[in-house]
Amino acid sequence: MNRKYLTEHVMHVIFLVCGFVTIGCVLAISLYMIISGIPAIKEIGLINFLFGTKWASTAADPSYGILAFILSSICGTLGACVLGIPLGILMAVFLSKMAKNKVAGIVRPAVELLAGIPSVVYGLIGMIVLVPFIRKVFHLTNGTGLLAVIIVLTVMILPSIISLAETALSSVPPEYEEASLALGATKMETVFKVSIPAAKSGIAAGVVLGVGRAIGEAMAVMMVAGNVPNMPSLFNSVTLLTTAIAKEMSYASGLQRQALYSIGLVLFVFIMIINLVLNVALKRGNKK
Amino acid sequence: MRMNLRKVLALVLCAALIFALGVGCSSSSSSDTADTTVSETADTAAETTEAEETAETTETVELSGTISTNGSTSMEKVIAALIESFTAENPGVTITYDATGSGTGITAVTEGSTDIGLSSRNLKDEETEAGLTATVIALDGIAIIVNTANTVTDLTIEQIAGLFTGEITNWSEVGGEDMPVAVIGREAGSGTRDGFESIVGVEDTCAYDQELTSTGAVVAAVASNEYAIGYASLSGIDESVVAVDVEGVSCTEETVLDGSYAIQRPFIMVTNDNAELSEAAQAFLAYCTSSEVVDIIANAGAVSIAQ
Amino acid sequence: MSTKRKVTDGLIKACIFVSVTIVVGLLIAIIGYIFYRGLPNITWNLLTTQRSVLQDNIGILPNLIYTLYIIITSLVIALPVGVCAAIYLTEYATNAKVVRVIEFATETLTGIPSIIFGLVGYLFFCQKLHLGSSVLAGSLTLVVMILPTIVRTTQEALKTVPESYREGAIGLGATRWYMIRTVVLPCTGDGIVSGAILAIGRIVGESAALIFTAGMGYSLVTNYFQALGTSGGTLSVMLYHYVNDEAEYDTGFAIAAILMILVLIINFAAKLVKRKSRKV
Repeated sequence: MNRKYLTEHVMHVIFLVCGFVTIGCVLAISLYMIISGIPAIKEIGLINFLFGTKWASTAADPSYGILAFILSSICGTLGACVLGIPLGILMAVFLSKMAKNKVAGIVRPAVELLAGIPSVVYGLIGMIVLVPFIRKVFHLTNGTGLLAVIIVLTVMILPSIISLAETALSSVPPEYEEASLALGATKMETVFKVSIPAAKSGIAAGVVLGVGRAIGEAMAVMMVAGNVPNMPSLFNSVTLLTTAIAKEMSYASGLQRQALYSIGLVLFVFIMIINLVLNVALKRGNKK
Repeated sequence: MRMNLRKVLALVLCAALIFALGVGCSSSSSSDTADTTVSETADTAAETTEAEETAETTETVELSGTISTNGSTSMEKVIAALIESFTAENPGVTITYDATGSGTGITAVTEGSTDIGLSSRNLKDEETEAGLTATVIALDGIAIIVNTANTVTDLTIEQIAGLFTGEITNWSEVGGEDMPVAVIGREAGSGTRDGFESIVGVEDTCAYDQELTSTGAVVAAVASNEYAIGYASLSGIDESVVAVDVEGVSCTEETVLDGSYAIQRPFIMVTNDNAELSEAAQAFLAYCTSSEVVDIIANAGAVSIAQ
Repeated sequence: MSTKRKVTDGLIKACIFVSVTIVVGLLIAIIGYIFYRGLPNITWNLLTTQRSVLQDNIGILPNLIYTLYIIITSLVIALPVGVCAAIYLTEYATNAKVVRVIEFATETLTGIPSIIFGLVGYLFFCQKLHLGSSVLAGSLTLVVMILPTIVRTTQEALKTVPESYREGAIGLGATRWYMIRTVVLPCTGDGIVSGAILAIGRIVGESAALIFTAGMGYSLVTNYFQALGTSGGTLSVMLYHYVNDEAEYDTGFAIAAILMILVLIINFAAKLVKRKSRKV
């Protein structure tokens, strides 16, 4: 009996510790990002760092302004959303409300495959096919830039938007739609005025997940962005927050390296804000 | 029934052990002070098994052990070739190479997380002061490369500077066809970029259209874009691009060695004076500077100085 | 029906049609292109040899092995911890606030981009713990990354175990741990397996978090414990390396095709498990 009690107790403690591991991880990551990110910001000055327009980390008189990275990241993510959200939602509507079972049975696994493809593969295709294509079509000296970034990111966030939106649309109670149809609304009116509003929170979750993936992607973007610290422009090479870190990490030293950690911190703050928004939005959606 | 109970108990104990191990490992990830001891013991455990492995092999061959090298991507071909031929002669030795970049390589040596750092730029003063020693193993020419469709074959340093700073925006200004210039370079901190910009005198004034993170990437980008000009390590270029003459001197091993080709830099191995090198690592270092490896280094495209 | 409504209706249908064409077209183009360029380049030599600069040979056997080692190491650590965390959340935790905080932490962990994991993993495991860039450091970084996936899937599986089972076991005098071991866990096996499959998918596709933690080693080390201490590149990392650093596009596409096949297998396995658990 005693031994039984002991096992019981030991297991309880083990479960308890494991339960708190994730909290520990989040705290440790936050702490680490803050500790390693603060020194450079202190030295450069927060305003100079966030709103400085010039990044010349290895110059004799170095300047560390990351405004261009922040804006490029935001523009790239927004652009991917503008293209990806409508495409994704319309595709989800098609899959859940219009497609025959057979068609959906083929398209759905293909979308899942798209979701599972490693990001470097997208980068590879972007580099080999997309960049030369953009250069030829728009008669540029270079094909790299925000346009290529946006297209690659759009393809990358589509699967998560499609699958979450489809799940949400499929779980709308059929009575809602039947009632709408019975009142004389057309199928499309029903979808857009009844089903989509009802599935709002699920779709929002998909969108925010997509935004998170877009803003956090590094390798695929690095292969098509051109990586020059320019202000965002569709046809000129740009550097995003993630690529700024990945690009210079390998060669950086001293303050340059610390500044890269600070960029990581900025990125981290962005992601945390997005997570908070998701949490609040979902909670509000659930309450309604 | 009794047997069964015992079995179950054994299973539970095993599970608990695995769990505990898991807890130890992952909670060490969650706090940086409390649990370091746990993972350190795990670490040493792994090391002892490693040591046992190698101890077994010592009896048969002279040299053994693991040497880790870390650093410059430009040196990849040279180092990979050296490692292969060295380990072929000393099968007991395992050498790893991480193509991370000169900066990371130097940091890694300073911190002691790698045995030999590889750098394609000379050490800075503060780095030698920190107790690092550089051993030059080869010289490397930085070739100025253009697309195969480009008719320009010779450029002066001045013209190169003009092209890279954006003063010259059309190839016709330097005797080529009437087409725009796309300037392709390396990322800030790269040894190649550092070497190129300081020799040509265009530090911090280059107007790049693309900043790529490796020699191979620059070569590939220039090969696929007829407007492009770029620079790359001599060891990394192939027939997909054309290396132009600089001031009338073509970029070859001879011109780099005799110094007539202006744009060149050293390949160095960095060691830490404060950390003792293993016997194997010392042997590898000696091997890399010996006359045995002249051909190997030459085949990899760099210029050996041990002649 | 008014003409205006008819026109809107038609327009929307046209929009949907266009989107579907674009998405399906993209799907076919991407998948087709990778297989078209990649499959012819998957050779026996590529799969069974290692890279040799002297012989100008490219082989990915070591990287296949490293990928496997990293998957095994990460799962061996993350599975027990993740499953225990899920058990704690559903079976033990009584304070709703604690549960909410843990769940929030898990969600946050899911949303952190892999480059941040790479950065922190590099700072902590490679530098602080002096592991250097090694398979072990990479695996430990990935443990933190895949933990939320395992916790979430296990939690969902635990929630589907009917409350009456638990009540029955407790009513018969079983202790809580005995009840979990004999009643709850056997019912959640499939959930745990599908969590592991999802995690494998994530590991196979990961690159940014591994480049700085596990490195890009490509020398053959068959001894598992020795491999833990050496740097080793997974397939995705090597794809990036070969394409970006060495401009070996044929090899890149071959690895891409291999990765696609792996993803197909993983998705198929996940579906099988799901179907099986639905039947039970």
